[in-house]
Amino acid sequence: MNERERAWADLMRAAIAGDAAAYARLLKDLAPALRSTARRRFARVGLAVADAEDVVQETLLAIHLKRHTWNAAEPIGPWIWAIARNKLVDALRRRGNRVDIPIEQFMDVLPADDASAAMGSRDMERHLKALPPRQRQVLRAIAVDGASISDMAARLDMTPGAVRVALHRGLTALAAKFRRSE
Amino acid sequence: MMRTDDLVHALAADLATPARPVGRYLATAVAPAWVISAVLFAVALGPREDFTIAVGQPRFVLKLVVTLLLAVSASMLVLRLARPVAEGRLPMLALTGGPALLAIAVLVELVSVPPSEWTTRLVGSNYLVCLTAVPLLGLPPLAAALVALRHGAPTRPMLAGAIAGVLAGGLAAALYAMHCSDDSPLFVATWYALAIVILALIGAVAGRQFLRW
Repeated sequence: MNERERAWADLMRAAIAGDAAAYARLLKDLAPALRSTARRRFARVGLAVADAEDVVQETLLAIHLKRHTWNAAEPIGPWIWAIARNKLVDALRRRGNRVDIPIEQFMDVLPADDASAAMGSRDMERHLKALPPRQRQVLRAIAVDGASISDMAARLDMTPGAVRVALHRGLTALAAKFRRSE
Repeated sequence: MMRTDDLVHALAADLATPARPVGRYLATAVAPAWVISAVLFAVALGPREDFTIAVGQPRFVLKLVVTLLLAVSASMLVLRLARPVAEGRLPMLALTGGPALLAIAVLVELVSVPPSEWTTRLVGSNYLVCLTAVPLLGLPPLAAALVALRHGAPTRPMLAGAIAGVLAGGLAAALYAMHCSDDSPLFVATWYALAIVILALIGAVAGRQFLRW
């Protein structure tokens, strides 16, 4: 386990204890590592490197929705790479590539240049459009406009609990749409 | 266009929605499903007539011990398989506790019962009921275990589904054991095992379909 992974584990522990800022930092730190792996893989099989961001977003979504499967007593690196590998293999298979990626290739990722933090995912955009209107509205406002749960509750005349449910259902539905898209 | 940084905002906002650990999820899913099986069992079959006498007999008790031991060890394995990382080797050996105990009992039976009786004891009186009832009674806990696995992140869906089938099979066989009047380890090692294998196969097929995440 290296320094970086130790820092990630600390951030995740803070996140599990409820620290949303630490959680956001963790996910933002993970994105470049995931991106460089996905891009390298996409380039190797001749896919457009720009589309690798689809996998980055799908992986972050999976890490989020499956965060309870990390055992806080164990190193976080292997857990992250197992999820990333699963998502990358699925994504490449959906794009018509049968792949078998040795897990070792996930261990030595290099951070990509940070200009790509502004990258978007076309898949995500397409799946977002297919969500029920309320979920889409809540998700987009919180994600893109930086609205808070309570902002949205006031704006849509909903209880904060109902906004939370809409957000969570929207994210779960997005993950399912990534999985089913062919 | 939703940028990756935007997505992170949404994920961080969703942190407040708690994610239940798989272990608790498995317990709260499988326990009520087993109760459903028990009710089905009570309605359709019920305990054998000499139940109160049977509970004092070692062969009968052994059936319960072996099946429940199998269910417990399978559930530990299911919890391991629900996580994307396999830390070290999978403790598949844990699963052999029940079968090993049964194998010893089979040897004891072969030594203590004359060979002329082996076939009668192995075939028993109602193996067809066993082969039907155990898989059917196992369906509710199997479905529950699969739902719990889906809440996790299994990277080996077929194996995870198969072990969920063994878990459900152990639970269902323990119920059926209370009805079944064939107590010989020869019978148990043949028909109970076959019934549990059927559930494991159903679980493997369902796992492949249902456990992608």
